[in-house]
Amino acid sequence: MMTRNFSTLPLVALLTLVSLPLMVMYGFLILDTVTDAPPGELWPDRFTLEHWRFLFDTSVVGNVWQAAGNSLILALSMMVIVLSLSTTAAYAISRLHLPYRRLFLGGILVMHAFPAVTLLIGVFFVLNFTGLYNSMIGVILVKGALMLPFGIWIMKGFYDAVPWEIEMAGVQDGASRFTVWRRLILPQVKPGLVALGVFSFLDGWGEYLLPRILAPGSEMTVLSVFLNELIAGDQLGFDFNLFKSVGVFYTLPVVLLFIIFQDRLMNIFGGGTKG
Amino acid sequence: MQLHLDNFTKRFDGTAVIENLDLTVNDGEMLALLGPSGCGKSTTLLSIAGIYRADGGRILFGDRDVSNLPSQRRNVGVVFQNYALYPHMSVEENIAFPLTVGKKRPSAEEVTRRVRETAELVHIEELMARKPAQLSGGQQQRVALARAIVRRPDVLLLDEPLANLDAKLRLEMRSEIRRIQLETGITAILVTHDQVEAMSMCDRVAIMNKGEILQIDAPTQMYRAPASRFVAGFLGNPPIVFLDGQTGPAGRFEMAEGLSLPLPSRLAGMPEGQPIALGLRPEHYGAGGGASAAGRVVFVEPQGREMLFDVEAAPGIVLRSIQPVRDDVGIGDRVDWPVDTERLLAFDSEGRTL
Repeated sequence: MMTRNFSTLPLVALLTLVSLPLMVMYGFLILDTVTDAPPGELWPDRFTLEHWRFLFDTSVVGNVWQAAGNSLILALSMMVIVLSLSTTAAYAISRLHLPYRRLFLGGILVMHAFPAVTLLIGVFFVLNFTGLYNSMIGVILVKGALMLPFGIWIMKGFYDAVPWEIEMAGVQDGASRFTVWRRLILPQVKPGLVALGVFSFLDGWGEYLLPRILAPGSEMTVLSVFLNELIAGDQLGFDFNLFKSVGVFYTLPVVLLFIIFQDRLMNIFGGGTKG
Repeated sequence: MQLHLDNFTKRFDGTAVIENLDLTVNDGEMLALLGPSGCGKSTTLLSIAGIYRADGGRILFGDRDVSNLPSQRRNVGVVFQNYALYPHMSVEENIAFPLTVGKKRPSAEEVTRRVRETAELVHIEELMARKPAQLSGGQQQRVALARAIVRRPDVLLLDEPLANLDAKLRLEMRSEIRRIQLETGITAILVTHDQVEAMSMCDRVAIMNKGEILQIDAPTQMYRAPASRFVAGFLGNPPIVFLDGQTGPAGRFEMAEGLSLPLPSRLAGMPEGQPIALGLRPEHYGAGGGASAAGRVVFVEPQGREMLFDVEAAPGIVLRSIQPVRDDVGIGDRVDWPVDTERLLAFDSEGRTL
């Protein structure tokens, strides 16, 4: 623990003040999902669970569980694809004598910085050509490809922080390169794996653009698109509290994951482990 | 097992770091590769380990040519400078690791038995459940040693094993490593830049510079009769003092700065006017001998049991003397101390010992 040579109190006070409007808005977001307020009033006058009816009554907004399922599939696929490919690819880039390694590294950086939106039309044509348009597989492949540069780059940082001697010692002890990777190196980068796994899950869960454009079919709707469609139709008597309830439903897993993994998520920005 | 390097050559990007090196380490012997950094000693070590591939020549373990074998199949134990323990494994798992990989795996009981045996040998039985981060430097060193010898390697390689320890532990581990090497009888190579380590731990010392072995000898022999000026300068603490001058009349040595000493009797017949250098070790100045050198004390360094004196014998020429502690001499005093001329080392202009 570092010793502080200045008081943190003014800083905390300032931050509280600045984030107060946000807090108020979040407060009402939660509050409004379980209450009703008279028209034109700010404060609710009665408690109700009516806005949560969408959970089991498909007549309200359609099948929210199917959308949640789709989102879950997308998020989990992201996690699996990004984790499995990043751990192996990053190791190869960090430790093996690959031909064109520098070019490959540069390519990853460029891809990482490239705005994905500009690729959309091209991607659309490719998917259409291969018959993967309007399918979950297509969305997963495209989203995965766009996320991989980030994952590989992050994992490379973690691998780079593992001392060479551990690898040399493992090889001297008679272990194959693969055994060394699996039993000696992988455990050293575990913090990175955890963080990257959560991160890619959250990224998949929050993705809106790609499923919206590449898989517009109703049975492929993910939660983000589902939520958007609630306000897309210009029907009369728009139910704001219902919209907020679905929003909270959509956000809950994110908040939960973040609470559980917040310390380990910060690892990604630390760039590696020590010791 | 005897280790033999035959015409060994190693290049990096076309530049030869080591060329045509020959080296034999006898069965059960501990040999030190001693030299300044960049002299090729670590390259040699890593090539024996198989981490570097030789670019020429052969590496033989006994009769087995291992030059083209990968590290995994060479059966070499290595202790790295930073120990390279596996941080996520306990001490027991660390030591057992070499036994649980590879083709022939002993049974679980056999593994436990050998791990315990090795742990007892290096005195870490009571630390088996700990993680490396919970160990002191010396304990980590012992674990690294245990892991390197648990597989009963043909050759044990030690890469600057004591460099990361504090002075007191270094002393302790020096004798410990030697004891373990003697008990196991494994042929060992120690790479170090510390002459004290090399001399105190090893049967023979090989001094390297610029990819070449300059001299291989038993430590005492090498200290007494170095083959060259470089070797003489590398061994000895406090170091030897070199005096550059030339032979004068009547078997004397003269320096342009004004200092004159008789040559050792074995060199008395040298012709006049030859450029030579004399090497005077601190213990041979001020402790008896046939000649004397006078000067002014410019620096005194008490070391507890002994005292080190710097004596300016001529302008710019400082002689070193190490003597039992004495209070009668201080900075600025003039002294006239004996020089043991018979033990002076002499080198020609190329640095070869005369």
